[in-house]
Amino acid sequence: MITQIEKQWYDESAENEAGHALSPSLRPAGGKPIVRFRSVRKSFGELPVLKGIDLDIYPGEKIALIGPSGSGKTTLGRMLMTLEEPTAGTILIDGEPLWAMEKNGKPVRANEKHLQKMRGKVGMVFQHFHLFPHMSVLKNVTLAPRSVLKLSKEEAEELAVAMLRKVGLEDKLHVYPSQLSGGQKQRVAIARALVMQPKIMVFDEVTSALDPELVGEVLSVIKEIAKEGQMAMLLITHEMEFAREVADRVIFGAEGLIVEEGKPEQIFTNPRSERLQAFLQRFL
Amino acid sequence: MWDSEYAAQLLPAFLPAFAVTIGATITGFMLAVLFGLLFAIAGRSAAAPVRWASRSVVEFIRSTPLLVQAFFLYYSVPMLTPVAMPAFATGVLALGLHYGTYMSEVFRSGIDAVPRGQWEASTALHLSKRKTWISVILPQAIPPVIPVMGNYLIVIFKETPTLMAITLVELLLTAKTEASATYRVFEPYTIVGLLFLAVSLIFSLGIRRLEKKWSFGRENEKGGLR
Ligand SMILES: Nc1ncnc2c1ncn2[C@@H]1O[C@H](COP(=O)(O)OP(=O)(O)OP(=O)(O)O)[C@@H](O)[C@H]1O
Ligand SMILES: [Mg+2]
Repeated sequence: MITQIEKQWYDESAENEAGHALSPSLRPAGGKPIVRFRSVRKSFGELPVLKGIDLDIYPGEKIALIGPSGSGKTTLGRMLMTLEEPTAGTILIDGEPLWAMEKNGKPVRANEKHLQKMRGKVGMVFQHFHLFPHMSVLKNVTLAPRSVLKLSKEEAEELAVAMLRKVGLEDKLHVYPSQLSGGQKQRVAIARALVMQPKIMVFDEVTSALDPELVGEVLSVIKEIAKEGQMAMLLITHEMEFAREVADRVIFGAEGLIVEEGKPEQIFTNPRSERLQAFLQRFL
Repeated sequence: MWDSEYAAQLLPAFLPAFAVTIGATITGFMLAVLFGLLFAIAGRSAAAPVRWASRSVVEFIRSTPLLVQAFFLYYSVPMLTPVAMPAFATGVLALGLHYGTYMSEVFRSGIDAVPRGQWEASTALHLSKRKTWISVILPQAIPPVIPVMGNYLIVIFKETPTLMAITLVELLLTAKTEASATYRVFEPYTIVGLLFLAVSLIFSLGIRRLEKKWSFGRENEKGGLR
């Protein structure tokens, strides 16, 4: 099933500036968006969850996505990771539609092969880690580089150890996930996603399942990665301090729409919409 | 009534038959595992026709008796096609297909028990479907169902006498042949019964062991597995 908007996209030029969702003041200088959401809608059965999302994300940009529970933040990230198919609208990655492809010159629904190719640019870290319980930490991190990137065992392990060092777990290589604390599990999950070197990584409330005393270690790892710069990040979070510190831009979504977006200072010190003001009130 | 001397005379005849029975059991079991996996995986295919075909085949095989399937494969298939297989090959194929449909149900429950997050993490790591099955899903889905698989091994073992109907010289057919040659039924059938009892008990003990080992492993080093 191909949506109206996807057809339209095929008729337009991919570089159509008129379709730019982001006001020029917020747009990083130069560069084309790595990810573009255009009029993206998602319903689960009768329930509309996202009601028309326009969002451009630029290479290396750190975006914090905040909003009340149930506003569709996770759904947005999952669509980018190809875990959920939009009901309407287009998601472009590097200018190419994610959920549609061309066949005999006509746009058709993406098949698994197309999705497999496209999702190589995207990574995701989940709230509940989803480590592979039957594999050691090292095996968790080397599985995808070996199988997908076709690295040799030595290359993959070298890369994995480097990433695990980055998240402070190089001494846990041969341990099984069940022997790790929640914070350690999440750091392994981050290392596992990082080795695939995606252009954009979705972090979906990666500290929400953790005991409060373990939140800090995970957030500081993410801050470190953010400083390195090259990878764009979509940080879905309820940690306002963290969002303020890391994000280049903050998006506030509510009831399936982007209500307000801006630089962190503006969003947190000078929220314009009443909806956002009320939301931030709860974090004071 | 029981003549030990006659019983001892019978044993050499039972030895090859015993080997055939065990061979048919193990080969049939392995085929059942293979077909079971295929049916279970095809039953979850993204392509609706594959899913539908797999489920229909499973339903069809399960609704007909093993004996009828064995007859069909042994007598009808050679009439319909140029393929004619010996009794042993036909027999293990029938066992494998028949119990493969039950085994697929066992695997399905194991696969369903793997949390959805494991699939999603595999997608997020760009693993192919094939790699996800082989490295992520099946290694978590199969260990918990090993005891149930073991029970099917015993069921298949006890079902092998069905194959005497397609002339496979297994234990029961051997007993019948001996009995009709000597008109002494007591010893041959008792020996067959005892052999079945002994092997079944050994299988059960083995499964009990595996079960223990598995639950031990689950608690101690792979606690995340459910
Ligand atoms: N697979 C699904 N089937 C049906 N409804 C769903 C599904 N996934 C999400 N929803 C619904 O969509 C809405 C948005 O969910 P989503 O998880 O995207 O919100 P969220 O902003 O991430 O919330 P939270 O802050 O609680 O994580 C919710 O009402 C949820 O119940
Ligand atoms: Mg969420």
